[in-house]
Amino acid sequence: MRAIRTIVKRELASYFNSPVAYVFLVIFLLMTGFFTFTAGNFFERGEASLAAFFGWHPWVYLVLVPAVGMRLWAEERRSGTMELLLTMPVAPWQVILAKFLASWLFLALALALTFPAILTVNLLGEPDNGVIAAGYLGSLLLAGAYLAITCMTSAMTRNQVVAFILAVVICLFLILAGFNPVTDLMVRWASPAVVDTIAAFSVVTHFDGFQRGVIDSRDLVFFLSIIGFALFATGVIIRGHRAG
Amino acid sequence: MIKIDNLVKSFGAKRAVDGVSFAVERGEVLGFLGPNGAGKSTTMRMITGFMPPTSGRVSVGGHDVAESPLQAKRLIGYLPENAASYPDMTVQGFLRFAAELRGLSGAARKKAVSRVVELCFLESVLHQSIDTLSKGYRHRTCLAQALIHDPEVLIMDEPTDGLDPNQKHEVRNLIRELGRNKAIVFSTHILEEVDSACTRAIIIDRGRIVANGTPAELRGMSELAGAVTLSARGADEEDLGKLGRVEKLNGAFRVYPHDKAKAAELAQQIIELVNRRGWKVEGMYSERGELDEVFRRITLPDTVKK
Repeated sequence: MRAIRTIVKRELASYFNSPVAYVFLVIFLLMTGFFTFTAGNFFERGEASLAAFFGWHPWVYLVLVPAVGMRLWAEERRSGTMELLLTMPVAPWQVILAKFLASWLFLALALALTFPAILTVNLLGEPDNGVIAAGYLGSLLLAGAYLAITCMTSAMTRNQVVAFILAVVICLFLILAGFNPVTDLMVRWASPAVVDTIAAFSVVTHFDGFQRGVIDSRDLVFFLSIIGFALFATGVIIRGHRAG
Repeated sequence: MIKIDNLVKSFGAKRAVDGVSFAVERGEVLGFLGPNGAGKSTTMRMITGFMPPTSGRVSVGGHDVAESPLQAKRLIGYLPENAASYPDMTVQGFLRFAAELRGLSGAARKKAVSRVVELCFLESVLHQSIDTLSKGYRHRTCLAQALIHDPEVLIMDEPTDGLDPNQKHEVRNLIRELGRNKAIVFSTHILEEVDSACTRAIIIDRGRIVANGTPAELRGMSELAGAVTLSARGADEEDLGKLGRVEKLNGAFRVYPHDKAKAAELAQQIIELVNRRGWKVEGMYSERGELDEVFRRITLPDTVKK
C-alpha cells in the first residue's frame, strides 16, 4: 500500500513539475466552458441542469485524456526508468495501479475545478443536485475508462505520439459505437439486435444514464470492467516486454 | 549470496545467454567482462528479476528470483545500464522516492539519504533537478539510489561508463570498499578495472562463460605471462635462444619459456647466462601477462583469429 502511495505521489508531482499540467487544466476548463455555454446553448435551454455540460464530456475527454496518460509507460520505457522501477521490491500490478490512480486523481482535480458550473446553475435556478452528482460520477468513470485505455496503448510503445493516437482511435470507436448518427446509419443494413449489441460497447450509451441521474449497476460494471480489462492488458504487455 | 544455475535467455532464435552458471559470495567483487552484446546486461537483468530467464535458476540470498521476487529484490541494489533516473526530479526527491520504495520512512529515510549523499559526493547538487546535471553526477545519483538501503547484493551495469578518470577512480575505490561485506557483480569492458577493483573476473562471450578466475589467473593465461624481457649490452640472440623462444624488441630481447610451468626458472637461467657472458644489463623484468591480450584472444570470433 505504501509503495502505491509513494508512486502516486511521485507521478502527481511530476505533472505539476512541468507547465504541461497547468496548460492542460486551462485548456480543459476553457473547452468545457466553451462547449457548455456557447456550443451547448446553456442559456437558451431554459432548464436548470448541467446536461449541456456533461453531454460534451465524451468528446472533450477524447483528446485530453490520452494527452494526460500517453507518457505514463512510454516515457518510462524510453528513458529506461522502467527497469529501475520494476527491480524495486514492488509488484508490477502495484506500479500499474499506482500510475493509473495518479493520472486519474489529476483528471479528478481537473473535473473538480469545473465547480463554477454547479454554482451557476444553482444561482440561476433550482437544479436537482443529485442528478448533477451522478453526472460527475459518470464523467469521472468515463475519464477513468479512457485513461486505462491510454495506459494500455502507452505500454505498447516507446513513442508518446503513437500511444496518443492509438488511444484516441480506440476511444473514438467506443464513442461512435453508440453515437446516434452512427447507429442510425447502421440500422439501415443491420438487424436491431446487432446494432444494440454494438451500441452496448459504447461509452455514450452507458454515460447516458448517469447524465439523467440514474446510477445503474450495469453502467458501473461497464466502466469498471473497461478499466479492469485495460489495466490487466497493460500488465500483460509489460510482462511481454520484460520477457523480451 | 548469488547463485546462478545454467541460465539461458533466448530472444527468438538467438541465445543471448547460453547456459551461464556461477556463484558470488559475500566479500567478493566479481567483474563481468565481455565484448558488447555478449550477454552481460541480459544476465544482470535476470539476476535483478527484471527479465524472466528462458530456463535456469537465479537465487539471491537463498530466495529464488522467479518464485519469491520481492524477497530477492529487497536484498539487491541495482544500477541499470545508462544509469536511468527521472529527469524532472531533484536529486533529493529522487533519493527519497527510492528510499520510500525500499520501505524506509521518517528518520530512517533521512539517515539513508544523507548516508548515500555523502558516499557518492552529491552534497552540492542535492536540490538541483536531475536533467540539469552532468553525466557524472547523474550516474552517481543513480548509484546512490542503488545503495540507499545498504543492500547485501549490488549489481552494477557499467558503473564507470561515461565518467572522467577521477570519477572512475572514485567509483572503483567505492566498489572495492563496499566489496568487503557485500556480494558485488559489475560489468565493464575496461580491463584495468578488473585489476583495480575485482577479486574475481568472468569473461563472457556470445552468451557463454569463456574464462573464470582471479585477475592474476586470467593474466596467467596470457602468452606473455612468464616471459622475461632483457635489455643488455652485448646480449646475443643465439645464446638466449637456447633458453626459450626469443623475440627481438627495439634494443631488447624477450624470451618466452618453452614450458610455461617452468617459467620461474627462466629468469634464474638468464641471470646465470648474463654472468657467464659478462653482458652489461640495463634492464630486466618478468612479464605478468596482459589482460587485454587474454581478452582479445578468447573473445575474438574464430574467423578473425584465423
